[in-house]
Amino acid sequence: MIEHRPDAETAKKELVAKYPSKVGKKRGNQIQINHVAEDGTVPMVLANSRTAPGIISQRGCTYAGCKGVVLGPTRDIVNITHGPIGCGFYSWLTRRNMTDAGADGENYMMYCFSTDMHEQEIVFGGEKKLEAAIQEAYDIFQPKAISIFSTCPVGLIGDDVHAVARRMKEKLGINVFGFSCEGYKGVSQSAGHHIANNQLFRHIVGLDDEIRGSKKFRVNLLGEYNIGGDAFVIEDLLKRCGFELVATFSGNSTYGQFANSQTADLNMVMCHRSINYVAEMMEKKYGIPWIKVNFVGAGASAKSLRKMAAYFEDKELMERTEAVIAEEMVKVEASRKRHAARCEGKTAMIFVGGSRAHHYQELFTELGMKTVAAGYEFAHRDDYEGRDVLPTIKVDADSRNIEEIHVEKDEAKYRNDLSARKAELEAKGYTFADYKGMMPEMDSGSLVIDDINSWETEKLIEMWKPDVFCAGIKEKYVIQKMGVACKQLHNYDVGGPYNGFAGAINFYKDIDMRVNSPVWHLTKAPWQTVEEDVAVAEPVPA
Amino acid sequence: MRKIAIYGKGGIGKSTTTQNTVAALAEMGKKVMVVGCDPKADSTRLLLNGLAQRTVLDTLREEGEDVELDDILKPGFKNSLCTESGGPEPGVGCAGRGIITSINLLEQLGAYEESQELDYTFYDVLGDVVCGGFAMPIREGKAQEIYIVVSGEMMAMYAANNICKGIVKYAEAGGVRLGGLICNSRKTDREDELIIELAKKLGTQMIHFVPRHNDVQRAEINKKTVIDWNPTCEQADEYRALATKIDQNQLFVVPKPLAIEELEALLMEFGLAA
Repeated sequence: MIEHRPDAETAKKELVAKYPSKVGKKRGNQIQINHVAEDGTVPMVLANSRTAPGIISQRGCTYAGCKGVVLGPTRDIVNITHGPIGCGFYSWLTRRNMTDAGADGENYMMYCFSTDMHEQEIVFGGEKKLEAAIQEAYDIFQPKAISIFSTCPVGLIGDDVHAVARRMKEKLGINVFGFSCEGYKGVSQSAGHHIANNQLFRHIVGLDDEIRGSKKFRVNLLGEYNIGGDAFVIEDLLKRCGFELVATFSGNSTYGQFANSQTADLNMVMCHRSINYVAEMMEKKYGIPWIKVNFVGAGASAKSLRKMAAYFEDKELMERTEAVIAEEMVKVEASRKRHAARCEGKTAMIFVGGSRAHHYQELFTELGMKTVAAGYEFAHRDDYEGRDVLPTIKVDADSRNIEEIHVEKDEAKYRNDLSARKAELEAKGYTFADYKGMMPEMDSGSLVIDDINSWETEKLIEMWKPDVFCAGIKEKYVIQKMGVACKQLHNYDVGGPYNGFAGAINFYKDIDMRVNSPVWHLTKAPWQTVEEDVAVAEPVPA
Repeated sequence: MRKIAIYGKGGIGKSTTTQNTVAALAEMGKKVMVVGCDPKADSTRLLLNGLAQRTVLDTLREEGEDVELDDILKPGFKNSLCTESGGPEPGVGCAGRGIITSINLLEQLGAYEESQELDYTFYDVLGDVVCGGFAMPIREGKAQEIYIVVSGEMMAMYAANNICKGIVKYAEAGGVRLGGLICNSRKTDREDELIIELAKKLGTQMIHFVPRHNDVQRAEINKKTVIDWNPTCEQADEYRALATKIDQNQLFVVPKPLAIEELEALLMEFGLAA
């Protein structure tokens, strides 16, 4: 059954050999064989660098990162795409962000708003049509806020979306703001996340200082997008433990939550890549410290909850948290044992996002599976190697092209109590803003590949035959045609939630079904494989 | 049909020279169409005796899909045909894309077809070759001949040299060739010698030296070409001479643009020796 599998060194050579020398040299720096040294350091990975033309990359565009990822999950902002219709249509709910429309029922996520730019607007300018679209959206819905997302042609013809936003804000008396998130900016969707962070911070955060709900244990969850209901699971957990969730950026979120988010005592960063900018800016301006959390994986969820409770140093909160963890872990363990028995020793590859390729390794580890290769689409070096490398990251021209907001301390609102708490806790060994990256937690000898492409995906599967390959819709069917299970980790196929304890159980079951399905032995036609005796696995227990 | 594009630095007199030359060709009995490729839409004013016409893009915007050739092609002086691409107000949109759109529309509506029995199409293009849209008339074989309007002023010569670079770029793919430089005199020192020398270095010719004369402005004030306004004046004959030379021109080349140092040396030589 186990065929000869080339080692990482040979595999890397094979992947790179195909390229012209200059491209090969670059890819050689983007593909690393992991090695965790005694002191915890790992090899340097070239990341957040331009994709060489001709390579079929997994990456998305800046508009996708801004509108699709960060702002898409917010339910009560009317998000208008300023551009030709395709950009709006193909970014419409494809990530399966869920929301609870709440008591007010205000939810625009099921709508697709676009200015539907035509050649006429390209030639004569699209500002008038944009203004009309904002007016029309306002007349129909009277939302609290309207935002404008710029697509490529808007940047080319120079429509001033920010001036339009200012005019309409004044005219309508609601918040209207724009994003210069033209698709071509930056090297990947990462630029769009940054642009989204900047404008959220500039135009919404801090507008509402009223304390609602509990005055204690107030937290924000940053970088959680409620794919398949993930945020619902975390909301439930936090509530049971006794935390007051002020805002999530941006799964199941509202405009009002963003505006009020500076009233929290702690920021928890989940997807480090897409949202760390807001966390950093909120700490500078309001003194709210941030910690890295991960709710993917039962163990990681427990660890994150404990760290949150420890921050508040409250006995009752800690006890309640422990009780919730204990209660959940009983269910998790029963399921985990059952599925791990069938998954143990199998291998996974994960190539998604800027955090997911790291986080999901937790779940595979819990199943006894090994992640043999992983990488991100749009991450930066700190997501691979940890934030310790931040001072050594070279800021290139592409990064400089993305605005960096200068933030100053807000003397009136700055939480001196929180910065004092931070200092106190740090003295006791509690760590803040401490993302260690993906690589220190991966085995030495595994492959780390930034911005993997179609050639490398196919070659890697051919060489290493993983039991499951985690990617997105663009890769899915190629992988499955090669006889390998694919789990989509952008939109979860039709599954989820996978966060927290309940999510872990869902994931174990899903992966068990996938990797043990008999279908993978049947992907070759009879005339292609005559000798192979097909072993049919037992059906998966419910 | 010969398809000709007129380029040159902004304000050099492209529209004036084009229309006066077209008037002379029309007077000779040639059937000529002028396509104005300037958002200001003032390339056919003298032939039409006013700015009365709606542009291609305005018509397209107002009429939608239902556009006829007659809506955008207006008869001018001596049966010349005039059309203006039009475009956005300054500072908005994309004029280059507008030119591409309107030339495509003219083609689809059959403005260039044999049935039109055209001897000439003239494209009068705004300024320098600033982007893809303004290069449209020399792309894909739309214009085969280019004439560059130039004067002895330094910036006009810089622009002419730049335009030559654009021609070289499209010469292979589109087959476009440079027909010559038209010197529209600004009465600088040794202007004719300088332009003859520049033309020689570029591998082309100064096809005609149009002297500066106030009759051109007088005619313009009356919304007329010189030939229309006063067919017997001296300047009318200058445009007739230019028209005849273009009509009989046999010298079509891929230009050899000068290095900036070469161009500056040329200016020094003629400027300092004065």
